[in-house]
Amino acid sequence: MSKDAHSTTRRRAARISAAMLVSATTFLTAACSNSGGSGGASTQKVELTFSQWWAPEMPSGALQRVIDEFHTANPLISVKLISAPFASLQTQTISQAASGTLPDVVGLDGSWVNPLYKQGALLNLSEVMKTANYDPKNLASQVGFNGSTYMIPVVNFVYPLFTNDEILAKAGISKPPSTWSEFESAAKKISQTVDGVKGWIAPLGTTNPNGAQNDILSWAWASGGSMLKDGKPALTGNEEVRGAVNLVKNLVESDSVVAGAANLQEIDKVQNFINGRVGMMVDSLAHVTTIVKGNPGLKFSVSTQPAVDGYSGKHGIVTASWGIGVSAKSKHPTESWKLVQFLMDKNANSTLATLANGFPGNTTAVPDFTGADPHFKQAFDIYTQSKPVNEFTGLPSANQLMTDFLNEFQKTTTGKSDVETMLSQTQKKWEQQF
Amino acid sequence: MTLLQSENPPIRELTSTDSRGPWPRVRYRGSLRQKAEPYLLVAPTVLLILGLMVIPIGIVIGYSLMDNVVTNRSPQFVGLAHYIEILGQLTFWSAALNTLIFTLGSVVAHMVIGLLFALMLNSKTMARVPRAIFRAIYILPWIFTAAVVAVVWRLLLDPSGVINYVLTTTGVLAEAIPWLATPATALVTVTVINIWSGYPFFMISLLAGLQGISTDLYEAAKIDGAGVFRQFSSVTLPALRPILYSMALLDVLWTTQQFTLIWATTGGGPQGLTEMLSTLTYKLAFNTYQFSMASTSAVLVLVASLTVAVVYVRRHRKEVV
Repeated sequence: MSKDAHSTTRRRAARISAAMLVSATTFLTAACSNSGGSGGASTQKVELTFSQWWAPEMPSGALQRVIDEFHTANPLISVKLISAPFASLQTQTISQAASGTLPDVVGLDGSWVNPLYKQGALLNLSEVMKTANYDPKNLASQVGFNGSTYMIPVVNFVYPLFTNDEILAKAGISKPPSTWSEFESAAKKISQTVDGVKGWIAPLGTTNPNGAQNDILSWAWASGGSMLKDGKPALTGNEEVRGAVNLVKNLVESDSVVAGAANLQEIDKVQNFINGRVGMMVDSLAHVTTIVKGNPGLKFSVSTQPAVDGYSGKHGIVTASWGIGVSAKSKHPTESWKLVQFLMDKNANSTLATLANGFPGNTTAVPDFTGADPHFKQAFDIYTQSKPVNEFTGLPSANQLMTDFLNEFQKTTTGKSDVETMLSQTQKKWEQQF
Repeated sequence: MTLLQSENPPIRELTSTDSRGPWPRVRYRGSLRQKAEPYLLVAPTVLLILGLMVIPIGIVIGYSLMDNVVTNRSPQFVGLAHYIEILGQLTFWSAALNTLIFTLGSVVAHMVIGLLFALMLNSKTMARVPRAIFRAIYILPWIFTAAVVAVVWRLLLDPSGVINYVLTTTGVLAEAIPWLATPATALVTVTVINIWSGYPFFMISLLAGLQGISTDLYEAAKIDGAGVFRQFSSVTLPALRPILYSMALLDVLWTTQQFTLIWATTGGGPQGLTEMLSTLTYKLAFNTYQFSMASTSAVLVLVASLTVAVVYVRRHRKEVV
């Protein structure tokens, strides 16, 4: 090799190495750096990031169209949607909060608020509302700590009782049950009289442990009960909670519930209902579209979740929310609040609720039922007459509380424990989490 | 052809005391740029390893020594307190035992099934076309991701699924069993699913090993009067031993860290009876937000995995030498 060639090769190698070094440094810097909104003066265009799981659950491009309306109203603000499925967004949000890279505006579930608040990752929205002279009187609910708001529910999803009209008729039941005893009797009757069909389905698996709230504690809430006292666990000596646990346990033991409850998930509930293998379920109204698409000929009704016999108060109805919050590290809190305010505005909120098959977080907004499945209107009436409730919202380690509850409950159905022991064991575990 | 000297030729010095022989030790006496060149060449790799492995592992070890991180804005150093706490918890040992049963069951079955199928596919008694068809069928489980495997098996094992239907209609079972939801069957069932999804890797590797064994060895064994079983134990197994050993160690590492399959089938339930160290670590981090305890659990898994990895590397080095 010539001297020049040797030298050239060395220079090239050095250049390539240097380039790789720069690339690696850039890559690592990018990976570790704050990906928050871009900086800039207020007169310059500001870019906000907005992470949520809503877009994948809405019709294609629907959320972007709502955001485009915001762009039209706020030409100096640009919103970049970061969409991910619910399950992956939870871990992503907690990790981002830890590394200080939380997007400016964050889609929130009620169970995430407590750890994010403890991390100091969320902006105090009460202060922001005060600064912006925003009157929160039209907000249906707010989630907060120590008197300050950190999450605002944008859209609420209710969990009414779904009943398969044909199966109920076959079992000789003329109308959906309205009390616990009517429900228990209907579930048993269906299981005994309709071939290959169970009365009820209760997914009590722990991969996603929300069966604890939707299928067990919801019975207590429907009857005006509570699992908390002064914000602390109150499972022992609690009539409504004990009654709810006994109700579900009796149904499982009398073989009136779809087998394998300890491993079922929410999606199994919907599939079994669509396929006509179950007569009743307590499920999200958001699944109406899936049910109608899955089995267009299925005749079903939605009604209030039955309450304990003799209860005459307002029925509680489980709700889950698409919540929203702002990152405490956002460089553009004012612009971020503008987006939140826009989404909570009567018109935008109605549009979002309609698109999501949910109910608005703004009390003055009304979903547009034009052309919608009649079950939505039916459920909206139930919603307005009931008391929306989800006591797990804002609790510490809500998922673990539900997992503990289900693990202990599963022991009662396999004879390893009784209801009193189950409740006292769960109480102990919950107290540790609190 | 003219041999040209480089700008700064290396000066070779003979070192007669070098125990490895009279080889010249090369010493470069070049410019700073030339001295920096090798470091510059390895720098990207070093930087990536540092950024993506050493630093994260260091952070996790650091987290395990703090009272709680991520959700605590001013964590305090607590030394080995978390290690003492987690090693005293029944849930940790229960998860460790489940992981051990799951791993051992999976690795042994992977090895046995993989070897049987590899022997079958290597058999001269099978024609070329059926062999190709079987090869394609047997390898199928391996091409599915863990999430797909979980969904498929959940459907198959559902009380109203195909497996229960076949077992109840043929009279094997009196009534359908929710395999993944029944405490007595859940751990065995997830192990079976993992065996199903992982044996093709062993099969393919062992098939390659079998095809590399010289036919002369079998002919010589035949001449010596060795039957089929003797040929297998005296020729096949010794020839495959290095592959089996390496594969088993790798499989132990992979299976110990299995998360997706468990999470998507049972989530650690029912009653925590399929809880593995991987799912326990995840729950500590993202269910209870105890990131320091999760880090402690992760470090313990890392130590166990490192032990296996060291054995593997030593074994591999011996084979190479």
